[in-house]
Amino acid sequence: MTTVSIIVLVILAILTIAQVMRISETSSAIQKGKDNTVSEKDNDTQGTLMLLVGFGFIISVVVMYFAWGKHLLPEPASEHGKEFDGLMNLSMLIINIVFFVVQPILFYFAYKYRGKKGQKAVYYEHNNKLELFWTMVPALALAVLIIWGLNVWSTVMMPVNEEEPIVVEVYAQQFNWTARYGGADNKLGHATVYEIEGANILGVDTEDAASADDIVTKELHLPVGKPVLFQFRSQDVIHSAYFPHFRAQMNCVPGAITNFQFTPSLTTAEIRQNKQVKNHVEEVNAIRAAKGEDVWDFNYVLLCNKICGAAHYNMQMDIIVETEDEYNAWLKEQKTVAETL
Amino acid sequence: MSATKTTYETPHYQDHLMEHHHEENFITKYIFSTDHKMIGKQFLITGMIMGIIGVMMSLLFRLELAYPEQSFPILEFFLGKWAPDGVMDPNIYLALVTIHGTIMVFFVLTAGLSGTFSNLLIPLQIGARDMASGFMNALSYWFFFLSSVIMVASLFVQSGPAAAGWTVYPPLSALPQAMPGSGAGMTLWLISMTFFIVSSLLGSLNYIVTVLNMRTKGMSMTRLPLTIWAFFVTAVLGTLSFPVLLSAALLLMFDRMFGTSFYLSDIFIGGEVLSYSGGSPVLFQHLFWFLGHPEVYIILLPALGISSEIIATNSRKPIFGYRAMVGSILAIAFLSFIVWGHHMFVTGMNPFLGSVFTFTTLLIAIPSAVKAFNYITTLWKGNIQYTPAMLFSIGLVSTFVTGGLTGVILGDSALDINVHDTYFVVAHFHIVMGLSAIFGMFAGVYHWFPKMYGRMMNKSLGYTHFWLTFITAYGVFFPMHFLGMAGLPRRYYSNTAFPMFDNLADINVLITYFAIIGGIAQLIFIFNFFYSMYRGPKAVQKPWRGNSLEWTTPVEHLHGNWPGSVPEVHRWAYDYSKPGAEEDFVPQNVPLAEGEESGH
Repeated sequence: MTTVSIIVLVILAILTIAQVMRISETSSAIQKGKDNTVSEKDNDTQGTLMLLVGFGFIISVVVMYFAWGKHLLPEPASEHGKEFDGLMNLSMLIINIVFFVVQPILFYFAYKYRGKKGQKAVYYEHNNKLELFWTMVPALALAVLIIWGLNVWSTVMMPVNEEEPIVVEVYAQQFNWTARYGGADNKLGHATVYEIEGANILGVDTEDAASADDIVTKELHLPVGKPVLFQFRSQDVIHSAYFPHFRAQMNCVPGAITNFQFTPSLTTAEIRQNKQVKNHVEEVNAIRAAKGEDVWDFNYVLLCNKICGAAHYNMQMDIIVETEDEYNAWLKEQKTVAETL
Repeated sequence: MSATKTTYETPHYQDHLMEHHHEENFITKYIFSTDHKMIGKQFLITGMIMGIIGVMMSLLFRLELAYPEQSFPILEFFLGKWAPDGVMDPNIYLALVTIHGTIMVFFVLTAGLSGTFSNLLIPLQIGARDMASGFMNALSYWFFFLSSVIMVASLFVQSGPAAAGWTVYPPLSALPQAMPGSGAGMTLWLISMTFFIVSSLLGSLNYIVTVLNMRTKGMSMTRLPLTIWAFFVTAVLGTLSFPVLLSAALLLMFDRMFGTSFYLSDIFIGGEVLSYSGGSPVLFQHLFWFLGHPEVYIILLPALGISSEIIATNSRKPIFGYRAMVGSILAIAFLSFIVWGHHMFVTGMNPFLGSVFTFTTLLIAIPSAVKAFNYITTLWKGNIQYTPAMLFSIGLVSTFVTGGLTGVILGDSALDINVHDTYFVVAHFHIVMGLSAIFGMFAGVYHWFPKMYGRMMNKSLGYTHFWLTFITAYGVFFPMHFLGMAGLPRRYYSNTAFPMFDNLADINVLITYFAIIGGIAQLIFIFNFFYSMYRGPKAVQKPWRGNSLEWTTPVEHLHGNWPGSVPEVHRWAYDYSKPGAEEDFVPQNVPLAEGEESGH
């Protein structure tokens, strides 16, 4: 029924436009000279609209910043995240300055130089100095961003370790995550898809001595302040391990092992005290209460961020960052590969 | 550069060509035409039909994103068994996203935009009777047509169309076990794209040869309108990059059909280990983006060329910094070949490579900034004539700036880590590439409609169309920046699985409202287009008082373009409001007045 009414509406709309066209055509035939060439009045109206809508757009961007700024991710929960956010803020500052200078100029010129009878445009072909100026200014700004950006990039991707990082494997399959810890020796046993059988979903090679103390879990626990080296594997298609709160992401590629290292800097308990996070939780729970859904508390979460199939949108694992003691206690409770397989 | 050296034989040779243009029947005139103007129109109409399909798909999945997992009879009407009880299936959501992307990127903004205007304008603006090879040109269209038919047909196969995203990364796209869309739908996708690439190559080669060899007397390269520069460079980009996609697609077909392991290795799916080993999925991404990034400029450059021409004409001023504009087109084109890795910062490739790609990528901002500033300076102290085409061109400058700026964030490997594949990316490329290119395409249609159909489009409808499109387009894509910075990944069927995204639902609803209004607004354009084709007021020869050569041809189409000999060119295309001239425009074929200086 809805479909039929929508189709009817569309047809009616087209017919209406057709009728309006007919009328305007007839009336324009009567008032000679009113054809489809642009009149001074058109230039006036459209030029003014450029100013109004253009500035309306710029103002609504400002409104969006105020209204939706709260949606941005809270403070970073990893050590490199601070550098990331610093670089992000600088880049945002630069592009916002350009945006709020260039857009108003564009719309203002569009209004100011709208066509008028008897007005003649200025024949202004080029100006090498001016062009050199606006080649050099972006070049300088970009030089700063490139140098700082590459600096951050190499700190993140090629970290220098003072202590040995905890090795954790993050294993992806359609449509869930599994974690594997190196255990007492902090070394992951060899694993391959050819060993997958029954409960051994990660394909851990049980004959490899390093694998006996490995610990396989469905929740990712991390100790605060300790570097963690993640090794990513996938058994079927490409997935992407996305840790938005830690400013970290790496693809999981079948047939290869990829790496990413970061140091969590805020425990789950700590970030829950963050003002922005508190407001966020409150807002979300108000929405959930209205829909009759259960109460939610903030948790770090690992998402899949590379299209991987039907349930891509629901491939997640909770991440709990805790103190080292809590982490060790939790780890002790978990069964090792030797015990389970 | 000497103007006459390369072209002195051309007019004579072309007059000879004219004798071969004899009477045509319906089939040779409208179906298997070799006239570049007709072929341009064929590309446009086919592109528009594909555009309608692509936009309708986006409205369907926008509906689902605003009201996830809710029932809508309209979904069942369009999707049938893929929306049981009106609730969209996640697989078909991915399929819609995939085909929307494929259609918009390749069929609308590559073939529809470049195919239409390169065909229509290259011979007309350089002063040639037709393309170098009319037959190859017709072939290019018919391969495109075939490829469109196959792509549309793939929507109706039992297991659904391709659904692995428009980038079709293997193994997802290679294994039918991974998703239903990777079955027959994916095979048809690959076949369709193969024909598409053939079409694109035939077209591009033709454009290159025509621009280089068939310019009329006096039309040196530095007198070419910027449209031609843009089409020419676009064709070069296409010729160099599309073959790489073809090879990527062929290897993927081999993996799918003959059990080779180019892209596959160590895969366990559906309860068994597959016999692939030694391949790399990342190899596909390198090959894909070696086309994929130049492709962005294959889409964008023609739009920038079109808007340069329209902004100069309607500001009644020369385009500011012609040489800088040409130079920046060339710089962007060159750089576009060495930046593909910025799509792959988080694939685990060597961090050193990431540094190189960050450097080259951010460099593109420089020529882009030059272009933006030169557009704005062209408006300065102009006498702006607000045709609908001019509105869309100014809209293009705005979206080009807005979308280009966020590229500074995405191109920076360090920052890309956290916004990669989120809605921030969706916002960025839709604004800078999608909106700018589609605005350029609309501008081109409004501007050259009189040349295509000998009639004028209705300006009031054009104005309405522009304002609704401009407002709703920003309304759809600007809020997506915030979704992305909240950490929301793209290609999610629904955000409901993560309570942390629950408070983004309102933004998604708002976006969908804008999308629906924007979609409906396009009906105004479609109506205006077809109505004006038959009922629009008859056009005069120079409706916009433009300088370039296409406006020296008669309003009624002529196979061979000019009734007499091809005009000779004496100046560049931008002598608008030249001091000393009687009118505010001096067409390219007007000889220099006594004592008049020509910088070009």
